Amino acid sequence: MTALLEAVDVRKCYGTFTALDGVTLAIPAGQFVSIVGPNGAGKTTLVNVLTGLLAPSGGTVRFKGQDVSGVGPVRLAQLGMARAFQLVNVFPGLTVGETIAVAVVARLGRGARLFGSLAGDREVWDAVASVAELFGLGASLGRPARTLPQGDKKLLDVASAFALQPEVILLDEPTSGVSTADKHRVMEVLVQAAARMGVKSIIQVEHDMDIVFGYSDRIVALHQGRVLADGPPASLQANDEVMATVVGRARA
Amino acid sequence: MIARAAGIAAVIALLSAPLVATPYQLTLLLPAFAYGIALLGLNLLFGTTGLLSFGHALFVALGAYTAAWLTTRAGVLSLEVIVLAAAGVAAVVAVPVGLLCVRYVKIYFGMLTLAFGMLFYSFLYKFYALTGGDEGIRVLRPTVLGLPFAGLDKVEFLTGPFYYYVLALLAVAALVMRRIVRSPFGLSLRAIRENADKAAFVGVRVRRYRFYAFVIAAVFGGVGGALLAVPTGLADPLLAYWTHSGNLVFMLLLGGFHHFLGPIVGAIVFIFLQDTVMSLTSYWRFVFGGLLAVVVIFFPGGLLGLLPSERTA
Repeated sequence: MTALLEAVDVRKCYGTFTALDGVTLAIPAGQFVSIVGPNGAGKTTLVNVLTGLLAPSGGTVRFKGQDVSGVGPVRLAQLGMARAFQLVNVFPGLTVGETIAVAVVARLGRGARLFGSLAGDREVWDAVASVAELFGLGASLGRPARTLPQGDKKLLDVASAFALQPEVILLDEPTSGVSTADKHRVMEVLVQAAARMGVKSIIQVEHDMDIVFGYSDRIVALHQGRVLADGPPASLQANDEVMATVVGRARA
Repeated sequence: MIARAAGIAAVIALLSAPLVATPYQLTLLLPAFAYGIALLGLNLLFGTTGLLSFGHALFVALGAYTAAWLTTRAGVLSLEVIVLAAAGVAAVVAVPVGLLCVRYVKIYFGMLTLAFGMLFYSFLYKFYALTGGDEGIRVLRPTVLGLPFAGLDKVEFLTGPFYYYVLALLAVAALVMRRIVRSPFGLSLRAIRENADKAAFVGVRVRRYRFYAFVIAAVFGGVGGALLAVPTGLADPLLAYWTHSGNLVFMLLLGGFHHFLGPIVGAIVFIFLQDTVMSLTSYWRFVFGGLLAVVVIFFPGGLLGLLPSERTA
């Protein structure tokens, strides 16, 4: 099976510090992949390289067969990869509907329409409504994003990424900053929305092991810039050494 | 409803002003309208896109010198041609300047626009043969819609046909800008203002749209500048001086940059306030400095920020 997203021997150095030391990873369609590892293992750097934000110092990143090393977020969004951030990242002054509309407008290539009426663009608002519905935000379309509760802000952030109708979505700690009670609601909504919208793969960086082991098809464990383990949750859980290094606890 | 009624009342007041106001008051409204057009552009950059330019006077001066050069040196008196040429010249200059400036944001963007404004000021000052140096170039009385209005004296011309012409252009400029702000492009600009990194990740072409906004702002600045120079009859280097850019920012803060009509309200209030204060004291700059401080500290939303309404720019 050909990989949707592929990293081949990716290296990234900051001065003398090597953040990624030859990471090779192939992600086919249909997988929910979690990237785990202790602080400083290179998780964020890997995601930044995979999303074209950082150019790797060596190696290549291919998305749907195209070299996307360092192409930047806009190009990647056009190709079909979206990203949501660790910190809640919304447009505070825009409404929920407008926040999603920004992504829809970009996806439809209408951002440079200087004189078109946005309010009268049915296609945009229909798409906004259907995405908002999937994320349970249908009732708050007119609400300024900054007034949403934290869990909903997170969902809005992810919803605007989903509005691009991406094939792959990268989530940086989707449940960070969300209360324990809200965590599973956020994940359920997210996984269901991905299925409904035809997102082929989800890649997440996550610290919360309940979430990692509860939702992943595959776990990639990084340690000191290298892939320490890569496999289904059961195979990682069976490996005490990996569990101790990466998760910071031995198997119970 | 109240806002709509107030708007209609304001339009009626401006339309009937030549019948009731003194010629002096009318000649104060002319620069206010011209500034209103220039500020609609500046506010697309600041209020909508979040980029504060300290060099907008560059484009106002370009428009004024276009009017001066066309009427005095080229013998072109048609105001329609002058306005279109001013828009074109501003756009042509805004392309290279904008390409450089939009690579930066915040204070760096502001400083770079300031630098280009000062460069142009020096150019106007030193290239005497082309620009008339510190004396500037006279702006001759233009024809309006092909009509010279030879029977009217200067004040009658300015407070009659020219007044309505500028008012009409202000209305057109406001409608065009309203359309832009409410377009998909306008939404993209607001997203850039709120969070440029996030905008890029949902596919907004941040730098390109900032550049478009810069050029559009410049065009409005150029048109405003051409209209500003007709009543004064002169284009001089001070139009490009940084204090003039500062005044433009002041007008915007005074009117309220969160509000679509803030630029126009700010321009009118500024001009009348300046006239009143200058007639009372020679320390008018002192008074205005204090006023600016009061606005920024106590009324950051400007005059229209006092209205209970959502942000519309």
